[in-house]
Amino acid sequence: MIQINNLWKRYGDTSVLERINAEVKEGEFITLVGTSGCGKSTFLKLLLGTEQQSQGELLLDGKPIPAEPDRHRGIVFQQYSVFPHLSVLKNVMAARAFAEGRISALLLGRRRREARAEAEALLESVGLSHVLESYPHQLSGGMRQRLAIAQALVLKPRILLLDEPFGALDPGIRGDMHELILNLWHQQQLTVFMVTHDLKEGFYLGTRLWVFDKIRHDPQAPQAFGATITYDIPVGRTERKIYEEIDNQLRPVAAV
Amino acid sequence: MKRLINLQPAPPLRFILGLLPLVLLVLLYVWASDARLAANPVDKLLPSLGQFADAIKLMAWEPDKRSGDILLWVDTLSSLQRLAIGIALSALFGLMLGLVTGALPLVNAGFSPLLTLISLIPPMAILPILFIVFGLGELSKVALILVGVGPIIARDMQRQTREIPFEQLVKAQTLGANSLQILTGVLLPQLLPRLIGSIRLALGTGWLFLIAAEAIASTDGLGYRIFLVRRYMAMDIILPYVAWIALLALIIDQGLMRLNRRLFPWYQSEGGR
Ligand SMILES: Nc1ncnc2c1ncn2[C@@H]1O[C@H](COP(=O)(O)OP(=O)(O)O)[C@@H](O)[C@H]1O
Ligand SMILES: [Mg+2]
Repeated sequence: MIQINNLWKRYGDTSVLERINAEVKEGEFITLVGTSGCGKSTFLKLLLGTEQQSQGELLLDGKPIPAEPDRHRGIVFQQYSVFPHLSVLKNVMAARAFAEGRISALLLGRRRREARAEAEALLESVGLSHVLESYPHQLSGGMRQRLAIAQALVLKPRILLLDEPFGALDPGIRGDMHELILNLWHQQQLTVFMVTHDLKEGFYLGTRLWVFDKIRHDPQAPQAFGATITYDIPVGRTERKIYEEIDNQLRPVAAV
Repeated sequence: MKRLINLQPAPPLRFILGLLPLVLLVLLYVWASDARLAANPVDKLLPSLGQFADAIKLMAWEPDKRSGDILLWVDTLSSLQRLAIGIALSALFGLMLGLVTGALPLVNAGFSPLLTLISLIPPMAILPILFIVFGLGELSKVALILVGVGPIIARDMQRQTREIPFEQLVKAQTLGANSLQILTGVLLPQLLPRLIGSIRLALGTGWLFLIAAEAIASTDGLGYRIFLVRRYMAMDIILPYVAWIALLALIIDQGLMRLNRRLFPWYQSEGGR
């Protein structure tokens, strides 16, 4: 479905990503790990269309991926993904209102009832039925991310992009969120790209793990070279040795 | 003993601390006024509390001999009306301009230099132009408030629009929203409580231009009256008028704050004050 050919991304003199080649099939769940600032978010922005590559090709079904976000590619950021001025229910219904060309985020009549039923069902599946009328600021961080996920899925996008969606959550809550995201991935047959800084999460959740890292270094000009995909491994049958190798590379600290 | 910066006054103490300077000021005034009046009974600079009471009674309860109007109320009504229209127009202008320049880079490129230039012009300097163009009537006073306050609100709204997280705009696009829908469905509703905050800050400037315009060309209004009675050194009228203006400003400010809380409950813990 997605074809990446010799992709580069530079900001001025700074190379962020270089020589990325990959092919992604429909329904894959790819987790992206790498040191902070190595370009994982930048890669998602290229997929999303808010940034454009400097060189190379990024193809969706053989055509260049649209250079602007659209409803076929959903996104959940680490924060600020939901609309603070709308209730939980309206946050989800807003997607339908936008899609139907309404000027405000509101619908009327039968459309409204349909959108409401749809939103309620979706919110039920992410476990937010009891807070339909609350505003986002009244929710916990985990609930807000559930809302953001529900909102991203209303219009049934083909691709779901997740940029450290659980980074700000307690480890205890993360387990529930993992289950949720795996269920939704199965149900909706999504293709998922998820950035995480938690390597365990990367190994446990996806079907495929990408590690981003720089392979070329210039000590005089650290920004001269960008990161590329250094590991591209199907997960589930990873050897312990490779796990430790990657873990060491990301966090070069002695294991305890 | 805690450090001074860590000492917090408990609520009753806080109230007393707040009132204390005010009481001291009044006592100081009474003492100074008594001293002056003892030396010269017809002194007009620091009238006694009794003289104030008489003046207030004259202005707020007794009809004027010439017009039959009760002057304080007529003045208050005219001033508030001018202020309300001027501020409302400024808010509308500022909201629209701030929204489109903050949200649409193309419009911003076109308008921003002009807006910056206009907000650099001291509004009082173009008051004569307003008088020439709009005449000496209500229009020129409202126009002065608009010229003085509109750009302030517009620039504030522009900044506030840009501060709404980019993530939300991206999110709306992934939900299929077009530019107009993002403006009206995502940005505008979030700007409204910020607009009220902006109005609260700009009201002080609004009063300034209102009183200036009334002082220069008017036949009624709070500013007109203060400048009129100045000729007779009528401190017994001026000071109550000033206090009355301060009280009105306080009531409007608090009213707007409450309105904001009532209308936009989601905004308050969003960093709203
Ligand atoms: N708009 C931009 N202009 C210039 N440099 C940028 C821009 N966006 C990101 N970068 C740089 O690109 C690098 C990668 O950033 P990012 O993709 O956010 O990293 P990650 O998500 O992996 O932590 C960083 O060094 C950052 O400074
Ligand atoms: Mg990032």
